[in-house]
Amino acid sequence: MEASAEPVARTRAASDRTRSERRLGWMLCAPAVIAMLLVTAYPITYAFVLSMQDIDLRFPGEGGFVGLDNYVTVLTSSLWWEDLFNTAFITAVTVSIEFVLGFAIALVMYRAIFARGVVRVSVLIPYGIITVVAAFSWFYAFDPESGFVNNLPLVDAEKAWFGDRWSAFTVIILAEVWKTTPFIALLLLAGLTTIDEGLYEAAKVDGANAVQRFFRITLPLMKPAIVVALLFRTLDAFRVFDTVFIMTGGGQQTESLSILGYNQLISRLNLGLGSAVSVLIFLLVLTIAFMFVRFLGASVPGREREAR
Amino acid sequence: MQRHRSSLALVAALAAVVGLGLLLAGCGGGGSDDNTLRWFIFNEPGGGPQQAARQCSQQSNGRYQIEFDFLPADADGQREQLVRRLGAEDSTIDIIGMDVIWTGEFANAGWIEEWTGQQADAVSQGVFDSVLETARYEGRLYAAPIWTNTQLLWYRSDRVDQPPETWDEMIEEGVRLEENGEGGRIQVQADRYEGLVVWANALIASAGTEILSGPEQIDLAEGPTEDALAIMGRIARSPAAAPDISTSDEDSGRLAFQDGGSAFMVNYPFVHPSAKEEAPNVFKNMDAAPYPRVEAGRQSAPPLGGINLAVSSFSDNKELAFEAIECLIQPENQIAIAEAGGLPPVLEELYDRPVIEEIYPGFVEILREAIETAVPRPSQSPAYQDLSLAIQRSLHPPADIDPEDPAPTYDRLRDYVQQAVDVEGLL
Repeated sequence: MEASAEPVARTRAASDRTRSERRLGWMLCAPAVIAMLLVTAYPITYAFVLSMQDIDLRFPGEGGFVGLDNYVTVLTSSLWWEDLFNTAFITAVTVSIEFVLGFAIALVMYRAIFARGVVRVSVLIPYGIITVVAAFSWFYAFDPESGFVNNLPLVDAEKAWFGDRWSAFTVIILAEVWKTTPFIALLLLAGLTTIDEGLYEAAKVDGANAVQRFFRITLPLMKPAIVVALLFRTLDAFRVFDTVFIMTGGGQQTESLSILGYNQLISRLNLGLGSAVSVLIFLLVLTIAFMFVRFLGASVPGREREAR
Repeated sequence: MQRHRSSLALVAALAAVVGLGLLLAGCGGGGSDDNTLRWFIFNEPGGGPQQAARQCSQQSNGRYQIEFDFLPADADGQREQLVRRLGAEDSTIDIIGMDVIWTGEFANAGWIEEWTGQQADAVSQGVFDSVLETARYEGRLYAAPIWTNTQLLWYRSDRVDQPPETWDEMIEEGVRLEENGEGGRIQVQADRYEGLVVWANALIASAGTEILSGPEQIDLAEGPTEDALAIMGRIARSPAAAPDISTSDEDSGRLAFQDGGSAFMVNYPFVHPSAKEEAPNVFKNMDAAPYPRVEAGRQSAPPLGGINLAVSSFSDNKELAFEAIECLIQPENQIAIAEAGGLPPVLEELYDRPVIEEIYPGFVEILREAIETAVPRPSQSPAYQDLSLAIQRSLHPPADIDPEDPAPTYDRLRDYVQQAVDVEGLL
């Protein structure tokens, strides 16, 4: 009796403590949860509600509940599909280039022998520049009237970069790559630093060459960092707005989905249609995130503990 | 017990923080106090409006004090900020400096006050008919014009003996000059923005038809509209087109003209003092002529811009705001604004004064006639913004318009305009 009562009491004491700890945990994160509900859940829900209505700020008092009509309008419009293509195109090309470049830069930063600090800081500068400012810089650089690019050798002095779809895409993609490669490089650098140097040493001893070491050690061990970098950057790229808005305003068939939403919401004040576009973009972003987690196994905080 | 008290305290603290936040947010939107009138307008670089506001505040003997809230420099940015405030019934706005194209939208939404009786007569007397039309919606006056603007044809008098009368003549001359290596480019505004609508509307009106004949009635007679569209395509595809035509605006055109490679440009009068300062060699041979015609026998219909002043429906000081606007648009103030920033007055009689001749040396008559014959964009539409987007989408880039067969573009334009008038679909 005596012997068995002891552990029971101990377990109860432990579970009491666990419970109170859990309660403390809830209380500590309650302010954050409430703040998140106020600033994100409410607007998102409100956008859903608006997207089911025929509502336009310019015509107060008109319209009403229309169900899914706005979604039908958006999804049957050729503009939506064209802009979806443009957005997916910009996303795919920029993220691919950025990944390769970013990886190279991360390796350089990691292996930099001299002036490490200077190298890291200078690589990060573009990322520190406000997107609109960066977009304007690139816009003016490629402007046929005042830019320097057309004065470079091998470049047609009269080339109107923003006057043609593919050349406009080229500049938009260049600007995006220049701006956000440092972001990917930074995340990959963080991944690189987590790899144990001892593994390389052991591989060297076993006779693995540099290429083998990269593909057998660096890449597999960096998978979590790579997936997170690609996920963040894809979600970011998919919402591209500033660069396109500054450079072409969506002309020359370079319009992105965000600009389409902006035109309906901010410019036309057609809150119903605009919210439908926004909700659809939100769902697309959600799908992308889900696919990354599902198929590439991006690690979600807390997931590894469950697995254990 | 101890734990209970602490969690209560936490809840109370949270409630206090949230409550304070709401309270602060509430304070931000408060109305203006007693006699301050807030004028929302873009920061006109000449500073004329500020002078006028100071003058009027002084003359009111302390009954009102006009203060500025500056809006962005471009019309789309100005509208974006204004409509958001007006949509939320913001009482901070008293006086609105409105672009001429917002009248229908703002009046229909109930955001601006109608002008009636003596006050309406006072602010409309002597104003050009074309300008006054931009301040009306459904036959009623909703704003008081303070300055106007229009485009002229600027050309190089050293390259052509006579300014071309029609667009086709201009293209022919431009191509000839280009072929001789003399610089015959034509500068227009054809980026995908409001400027493209300005150009298209002027061409369509010059061809003898109009986009809308009422707030919701489409006109766009097929023959004349196609003539107008063909001209856009012909310019964009000709060797005399600026290489950056599909991204060109007022400023890129001005800069290109100042570089000397162009012989023609349609643009607002601000290009004249600018060339004088920045490109004296071009300026020597820069002359003004009437806006080109679509057909030789029909007078052209130049574009019309400018600013009208309206009283916000959510202002706490409407009476004072009406009074202040009446003062702001006085002839002396219009002249001061013209002197400071080159913006043309809206009162016809002022064009006889010598001071106006100094501001627009050598082209006062051309300017006056341009304003007289100008045709406003279809601002009577409450969904003007939709209309503008629709026109931009259907006509950009202009090089896509086949000058030999503009019918497909015409159909596209008509469909889009119909969609805009019905306020339907994505634009």
